This record gives sequence, structure tokens and C-alpha cells, in this order.
Amino acid sequence: MAGDLLPRSRVAYRARAVPLLLALLAVIAFPFFASDYLLDVAFFFGIYVLLGLSLNIVLGEVGLYDLGHAGFYAIGAYTTAILNTRFGIPVLILLPVSALAAGLFAYLVTSPIIHLRGDYLCIVTIGMGEIVRLGLINNPLGLTGGPNGVYGIDSPTLGFLRLDSSAGYYALIWVMVGLAVFALIRLQHSRIGRAWNCIREDEVAAQATGIDVRAYKLLAFVLGAALAGVAGNLYAVKLMVVSPESFTFWESCLMFSIVLIGGMGSVPGVIIGAAAISLFPEIFRSFASYRMVVFGVVMILMMMFRPGGAWPRRRGGTEAQDLLRRLWRTHG
Amino acid sequence: MGDPLGMPADPVAAAAKKSAEVVLETVGLTKTFGGLTAVDSLDLRVHRGEISSLIGPNGAGKTTVFNVVTGIYRPESGTVFFQGENITGRKPHRIVERGIARTFQNIRLFPNLTCLENVMAGRHARTHSGVGAALFRPRSQVEEEKETRRSAEERLSQVGLWESRHELARNIAYGRQRMLEIARALATSPRLIVLDEPSSGLNPRETEDLMEFIKRIIRDEHLTILLIEHDMNVVMGISDWVTVMDGGRKIAEGHPRQIYHDPRVIEAYLGGGA
Repeated sequence: MAGDLLPRSRVAYRARAVPLLLALLAVIAFPFFASDYLLDVAFFFGIYVLLGLSLNIVLGEVGLYDLGHAGFYAIGAYTTAILNTRFGIPVLILLPVSALAAGLFAYLVTSPIIHLRGDYLCIVTIGMGEIVRLGLINNPLGLTGGPNGVYGIDSPTLGFLRLDSSAGYYALIWVMVGLAVFALIRLQHSRIGRAWNCIREDEVAAQATGIDVRAYKLLAFVLGAALAGVAGNLYAVKLMVVSPESFTFWESCLMFSIVLIGGMGSVPGVIIGAAAISLFPEIFRSFASYRMVVFGVVMILMMMFRPGGAWPRRRGGTEAQDLLRRLWRTHG
Repeated sequence: MGDPLGMPADPVAAAAKKSAEVVLETVGLTKTFGGLTAVDSLDLRVHRGEISSLIGPNGAGKTTVFNVVTGIYRPESGTVFFQGENITGRKPHRIVERGIARTFQNIRLFPNLTCLENVMAGRHARTHSGVGAALFRPRSQVEEEKETRRSAEERLSQVGLWESRHELARNIAYGRQRMLEIARALATSPRLIVLDEPSSGLNPRETEDLMEFIKRIIRDEHLTILLIEHDMNVVMGISDWVTVMDGGRKIAEGHPRQIYHDPRVIEAYLGGGA
């Protein structure tokens, strides 16, 4: 029986790795065939994957309604823009700095509101996002350039290599997406990810199980914001200019939709959601005026027929995986 | 199920309990909601290795006592001591770390997690891996995760849910959900386990199995149990000590046999006119 099960499960394991490898190959091969236009589309697809993954930590894993996520995105973008144009710090060094700045900002603003539940938290985060945007428009200390924003951001350099081609930006963002996906999947399959999911499922039960609900919610906000800050950095670097109109409430809504369309707490789901949000408008450019109608209809149909999202996270394992795990345990 | 009082009263055990160590003690515990005093200066004692029951009519304040003890509510006055330490007003997760685990009257599981994940969550307070460990998986994290899984699997088999380990908690039958909740509580390695009406919604057979299970774990794992129970057969059949509440106050306590015949208790249950 065991001898029968084992090879089959190995095949199943390999079968799952095949599409993953193909996807990886496609991502690597893409710039050798694609036009600059397609590479730019792929860049913004990547930005939305990062933003979707970052909101997914807060909304998907922990179930916290955050409709102000564009605020964290903006903090990351402006941190890079200001520090680069004022002090000439290389933009790639500012990548972790932007992540830190957005994470710290999230810690400060969400600490006092973290106990709010459901819709209440949602409303406060909307306010938070709007305050960030309005603050940027008001040009505090002459730093943010008001409605015009900050322009003249350097292109990224790696040693002598200047990454200012479409292919360079494409490579940059998809490497970050790869790292983020890897990190999130590891978090999902850890004590941290379990604690987050428990809070989403039942906060009182989570407390009674020994989970520090407040700390884990804050952690989700900080990590989510930091990843949005990374996306902000790359966005600023690509466009070479940031302005408040890129960080509107609408942007937060798009991120929310990405997570809902794809499936809460599902990494492949987020990628599908980001594709839906960023690629379809490009494909259906000629129907520009009907885009919102289509978008609305799709959202309604999704809620009716696939409320769990396009690709919800599948939990648990199969008997075969269990067997494999036990075999590894005895041999390793 | 037979006469619940068929169990002989053991005077030796009763004498021994007087000197047994107090695990949980509340002194003058008071909790009000607006104008309503849900718990009124309650003194409660739970001795190590015993099954203590808290009974009383609906609205007597039993669940409120549980919520104060487990840190979900903060009392207006009074103190909660656990193993000699003052734990009044501590956060729920700190209290779990100290060694009190609980279940809920209307089962509260993590419905969209698998049964195994539900129990693994119970290990949270006993494990330490943080974000860095989750990302880089050093040996310590891998070992800890394996151990978490192993002990959760053991708990699942103990309550007879091994077969359902990969099913989502919301998809298993009600009686099994109850056992899963108990398994999750046990996974936190508690010293005291607080069960809020564990037999509610169970059929007589399941109730009997549950009682057997509780008796077994208390013997095998040196646990102490405090339970709220409505089913008098359960209370009389299983308890070493019974405390009766009515209107937020303690109106009687004693050995089940004494309580069964106490006129105050009968009055509280049947009303003053009876």
C-alpha cells in the first residue's frame, strides 16, 4: 500500500512544480520577445501584484478592512522621491528605506485604531488614506511639491549597470515580486500565518487560544505597509515623478478589489486579481468608456458565483502528502 | 444513566480536599454591566486535581465569571488568583500562557481552518518563532514546527478526530466540533481547563463519552477542571465540588450530594413559590 502510494504522490508533487517552473521560465524569457510597450504593461502588472500582496497580508490573512492602503504606497513613493531629489541617495538604497518609512508610519497611525472592528476600522483607514493625500497636496515644509509632486527622480543603478530600460524596470519589479511571493508563502506556513488566520476566523477564540491579537494585527499592518512602500519606491523610480493624484482612494479600492477577486489570503489569487485589474483595461482599451460597466458587472457576478474569489487558498493536505511528510521525518 | 447519586460519598476524599492546594481563587469578584450586577462579590475556590462545577439558573452570572477569569472582561472589583499569582485584569493571551485554557458555550472554532490547524493554533502560546524564523527557517523553527504538528496530531487522535484532520472545522459534525475545541484547549498545555457547558447540544451518548473523556484526562494529565453545566446528571456524576450561583451571588457550595438536597438550591432552580 505504502509502496503504491509513494511514487504516485511524488508524481503529484512534480506535477505541481511543472506549471510553476513554466511560469518562472515565461517571466524570465518575456523581455527577450516583448516590445517596450508590453514590458511597461508587465511592469504595472507587477506593481499591482506587489500592492495586492501587501494588502492581502492585512485584508486577506487577518481580515482587517483597510481601504486606505494607497496611503502607505504614497509614503513609500514620496520617501524615495524626496530623499533622492534632495540628497541624491541612490534609489535602490532607498528601497528598504521606503519600506521602513511606510512600516513605521503604519505602526504610528494604526496603533491607536487597531482595536476597531470591521466597518469602523474601514472608515478610519479611508480617512487615513485621504489625510495622507491631502497632506501631500498641502506641501508641508515645501517637501512634497504640492499638487505638482516631486520630479526628477534618478534611474536605478547596480554598480556600473544602469537599469533605465523597460527591460531593466521589468526585471527589478519581477525580482521583487518573486521575493515577496516567497516570503508570503513562508509566512503563511508558519506560526505567524496561523495566528493571523485565527484572528480572521474568530478574534475571541484567537485570544482564548493564547494569541496576542493586538500585536499580530499591528504586525500585519506594518509588514503590509512596508511591502506597499516597496511598491511605492519602484513606482516612483519608474515614472521619475510622483504626485498626489497617483495615490487616491480609487487606488485603495483597486487593491481591495485585487484581493477580493483573487481570493482572500491566496497568493495565486492575488496574482490573478492583479492581472484582472491591470491587464484587462489594457486589453480592452478600445472600450475605454465601458470599462467601468464591465468592471462593475464582473464584481457583482464574482460576489454571486464565486464569493471566495477566483483562486481561494486550498487548506490542509492530502493523505499522500502526509505520508511523504512522515517518510521525510523518519529519514531526515 | 441511572441514579446520579449512585456514586458513594467518600468522606476520606472530602476530608483530603480541605487541605488540597487551591489552584484558582476569586476574592470578592464583582462585574457590572451598566446598572446590572452580573457577578456580586463572588468567592470561588478550585482545588488542584478536582472537577469543580459552577451551576445556577439562567442569568446567574456563570459565564461572566468565566469571562473574568480568562481575561475577556475586567472586573470592577475583586481579585483572581491563579496558582497563587494575581492575574486580575491580565490580557487573555497572558492568562493562557499562565496555564488556563477554555472552551465556549456556543463553540468557537476557526471554521475555515482544518482541524489540524485548529489544534496547532493551540500551541501558539508555547512556541516562539517570529517573522525572521518564518522567513529563513533556521533549524530551531523547523524543529518547533515539527513538534507543533506532532503534538497537535497526538491531541487529535486523543479526541478521536485523526481521520478528520484535513477537513475544515466547519464541515465536521457538532459533537466532533465540541471535541475539537477541547483538543485545542488541551494543546495549550493548561493546568486548569475551563469548560462552558460542554454537554450542551450533545446527545446522551456523546455526553457520556465526554464525561468519560474528562475523567480520563484529569487523571492522566494532572489537570484541574472548572465547568459550567446545566445537565444535572453530568454535574452530579462528575463533580468533586459544586458551587451554586443565583443573581450573581454564591448561594451554596459543597459536595454534589449536599447540593442536591440543599433547599436554597432547589428554591433557586424552581422558584420561591415551589
